[in-house]
Amino acid sequence: MAVSLKKMSKNPELLAAGHRSCGGCAAPAILRQTLHVAGPNTVIGFATGCMEVATTIYPYTAWKVPYVHCAFENSASTISGVEAAYRALKRRGRIPEDKKMNFIAFGGDGGTYDIGFQALSGALERGHNMLYICYDNNAYMNTGIQRSSVTPRGAATNTSPAGSVIRGKQQARKDLTACMVAHNIPYVAQASVSNHMDFMKKVGKALDIDGPAFINIMQPCYRGWRHKPEDSIEVARVGVETRYWPLFEVENGRWKVNYKPKEVVPVEEWFKLQGRFKHLLAEDKEGVIQWHQEQIEHAWSQLLKREAESKEEGQKEAE
Amino acid sequence: MSRLLTWKEMPIGGMIVKPGNSSEYKTGGWRTYRPVHNEDKCIHCLRCWILCPDSAILVKDGKMVGIDYDHCKGCGICARECPPKCHAIEMKLESEVQEHGPS
Repeated sequence: MAVSLKKMSKNPELLAAGHRSCGGCAAPAILRQTLHVAGPNTVIGFATGCMEVATTIYPYTAWKVPYVHCAFENSASTISGVEAAYRALKRRGRIPEDKKMNFIAFGGDGGTYDIGFQALSGALERGHNMLYICYDNNAYMNTGIQRSSVTPRGAATNTSPAGSVIRGKQQARKDLTACMVAHNIPYVAQASVSNHMDFMKKVGKALDIDGPAFINIMQPCYRGWRHKPEDSIEVARVGVETRYWPLFEVENGRWKVNYKPKEVVPVEEWFKLQGRFKHLLAEDKEGVIQWHQEQIEHAWSQLLKREAESKEEGQKEAE
Repeated sequence: MSRLLTWKEMPIGGMIVKPGNSSEYKTGGWRTYRPVHNEDKCIHCLRCWILCPDSAILVKDGKMVGIDYDHCKGCGICARECPPKCHAIEMKLESEVQEHGPS
């Protein structure tokens, strides 16, 4: 599906201004981009999190599409229920057969990686025709920067602070995208807020596919990552360049890397942009930076291997 | 919202019945720096428009025509992401461009 900004700009804006996210937070841009692709025939389910709070402060709402707010853990099951009800109404002839609706569930990394994980896993297994988008900002930012299972090792948060004994988070992060691939659903992708064209193409693809789809998008939080507000997009870009957050998609089990950096940027350059890694750059006795670099190299080589295998499979099938 | 609703006027269940009414809430007062658009330098790539978190870039017929200062929070993403070769948006201190405080 082709994405043209000029054409898109003529469509009505479906996320109103005046919502109360921090100035410089890139997450509303993700919502806007999604809505520009999905259009007005969309139902949104939103797990508790920054964007739910910021867009729907009573008595205001920023949404111009049907919107359901649910608890922290169940945005996936809520939207799968909406989708099931829609199918039932179609079966009974209450909704025309040819009408197409998009069902999109949103969650932050806390509501997806940790609290909403089992609801998401269940919804994907049941095979509802829905899209789940996780905007991943690496911690529980809404409640005041507490560590989550995706916080990178060594990053300082309010519940894993960098002191003289413990130097930031001790554990490695969870790879949720890989967990989702293991569900064998038709479409899984990883995107970044810095590559908006790539993200919008992925949303379009995910909505066209019949069945569950999942997109995991990196979104820097300048309050938690400790950088300047205007750098929100730039920090994501450098994260992609270092290959910490590779952009790839898995369509029906076929892996494809969407972006290969021309010049490899060491992960240290990404850490330098963020205050949450400041203590590591000052003193890194445990070798966390080196550990990160090794993890990245390993994950990248695995990714390229999978892509090559998928290509081979595709060629064999074509023959 | 100009006044609080009475209990008879309030929608049942505290529902918000007007979609997108958050635009009645002006976030422009949050701003310290103001993005100033230079039309002569602009190439209308619409990067600022798609990346603006506050839907504050005004576009007409596929061209960037200005900034909604009632809602722009002054984060500076538009100026930072404007292609360096044209540099059509500049951040200026609100106190320098506005005499009587933010709009």
